[in-house]
Amino acid sequence: MRALILILLKDLRQRLRDGTLVIYAVALPLGLAFLLNLVMGGSAQRLDARYGVVGLPAFTEQVLRPMEAAGHIRLSRVASAEQGRELAGRGRLDAVFVGGPEPSAAASESSEASRDPSAGSPEPASAGAGSIEVIGSVDAPVAVQVARELAESYAAAERGERLALSVADAGPEAVPDLRALPEPIQLRQDTSLSVRQLDTRTYHVAGMGVFFLFFTVMLCVAGIFAERDSGTLARIMAAPVPGSLIMAAKLVGGVLTGLIGMAVLIVVSGPLLGARWGDPAGVAALVTAVVLAATGLMAVVATFTRTAEQAANWQSVVATVCGIVGGAFFSVGQLGGLAAFGAVTPHHWFMEGLADLRGGGSVALPVTVLLGFAVVGIPVALARLGRMARA
Amino acid sequence: MPVLEVTGLRKSYKDRLAVDDVGFAVGEGETYGLLGPNGAGKTTTISMVVGVLARDAGEVRIDGRPHDTASTSTKSVIGYVPQELALYPDLTARENLRFFAGLYGMRGGEARRRIEEVLTTVGLADRAGEAVGKYSGGMSRRLNIGIGLLNRPRLLVLDEPTAGVDPQSRTAILDNVRSLACDGIAVLYTTHYMEEAERLCDRVGIIDGGRMLAEGSPRELGAPDLEAAFLQLTGRALRD
Repeated sequence: MRALILILLKDLRQRLRDGTLVIYAVALPLGLAFLLNLVMGGSAQRLDARYGVVGLPAFTEQVLRPMEAAGHIRLSRVASAEQGRELAGRGRLDAVFVGGPEPSAAASESSEASRDPSAGSPEPASAGAGSIEVIGSVDAPVAVQVARELAESYAAAERGERLALSVADAGPEAVPDLRALPEPIQLRQDTSLSVRQLDTRTYHVAGMGVFFLFFTVMLCVAGIFAERDSGTLARIMAAPVPGSLIMAAKLVGGVLTGLIGMAVLIVVSGPLLGARWGDPAGVAALVTAVVLAATGLMAVVATFTRTAEQAANWQSVVATVCGIVGGAFFSVGQLGGLAAFGAVTPHHWFMEGLADLRGGGSVALPVTVLLGFAVVGIPVALARLGRMARA
Repeated sequence: MPVLEVTGLRKSYKDRLAVDDVGFAVGEGETYGLLGPNGAGKTTTISMVVGVLARDAGEVRIDGRPHDTASTSTKSVIGYVPQELALYPDLTARENLRFFAGLYGMRGGEARRRIEEVLTTVGLADRAGEAVGKYSGGMSRRLNIGIGLLNRPRLLVLDEPTAGVDPQSRTAILDNVRSLACDGIAVLYTTHYMEEAERLCDRVGIIDGGRMLAEGSPRELGAPDLEAAFLQLTGRALRD
């Protein structure tokens, strides 16, 4: 046992000195998660859209000012539709609301908002006397979409009020027997699916974490080959230490390095990137299981190769393919028919487990599957590594 | 009773016979040279002797006790210096020694004392805190040998320990080996340099094609022109 700890500590010291642990286990996952968040919009908690408005005092006071006060938008008064078109075209504003006669003041019973994201070719929001025209910038599709929704919602509310007033003016005889009408349709929302989803930040950190975990573990396992090539493995095997213990130490080194890397990643990703991992006990179980699974899988792959380079190459291929198919980079739904293969990757079960945790569910199934990878992989790897070393 | 006794050793890789019926013995204080061209089977023989490689047939005894890849008690009395520089370049010389001392069960003050002794013996005491990656070839060779001495071995196995070192380091290494033999350690030594074998070895065995071709003292085998005898036995054809 003492020899195992000695080999383990020596390996960890080497990994720290050559920077492997810091680069693969912490810097790369965090850096890539940060970039992915940036590119895919995960970092945008607030809309922070830049809107302009021409006219529309009621719409401005009722809708836009409260949003501005809440910090979701920045609002500017624009003198004319032409100026708004120019500002949106140059990207100075994301969208400009241009009022015709106010819908509330207009006789029109419908007021519809629409938008064309191409600046300079806007469509009027309403064909009636009152209208809201949304002029959008091509560079801000999300902000333009939100602007359009705001205008449509406002117009719909106006329509509802106008309809109610019309009915009231027409007198009770114009009102149909409400009891004869069917019950109004209730909109219900099943929140279980959305609750089971990881937020973008956590998703990317978790995905990159599990992706690079395989590389961290890979370097430890491939270290057996490096030691064999340098002669240090022969020297260790010539020492009075059982051979099985030497190989076990190498695999435990992979497990320990993986656990340290994931732990650091989880701890620092909260304050740095705003990742929310869920119940610590469940996360700990999932992380332990996925690290064991990664070690087993990478070790087995290594035993089918002859050199450190071959091992690293094949392990990289397996880690990358499993990462993609397992949903470490993007949702498996985007993979079409290939999504079915995700279920045979540890990545998939780790991400599933985190989603289950978020939904308040149990991680028993993902943890069991992940441990299954380890239970199959680690003994096979130990047996094959022992034979390889003595051959 | 010899410290090392090898009989009928055999090892094959798939259909290639690497070592075939090799036998020899090394007594206390004796230096035995295993000589042979590249690919003759020297390193394979040594790997089986130190218990790193499983043999197909034959027997290895250390102080009369059977010895194989799983024999931890006999491994503890063998010092092994492989042909490669089996060192960790990211670690310092002292850290390298501490790691291997730990594997041989040394700890605490005993380990510290022995490490300093070895560092002094191989002339690296003043550079012990430097990463081995910064060492010259000669310094690395000396440290490589030093690790083999850590456990005060009964049998020291050196596989081409002077390959690629300068004359100063080579002289220092040979002096060390000679003095270790004088202290009663049995030494098994492989080399390509015939003059080294003549100077150092009490007996030599010439091996080629996995078989022992001749065995005896350097004088019996042709010294002072051991090289001529070697070429006569192994031929002049170039080896891979």
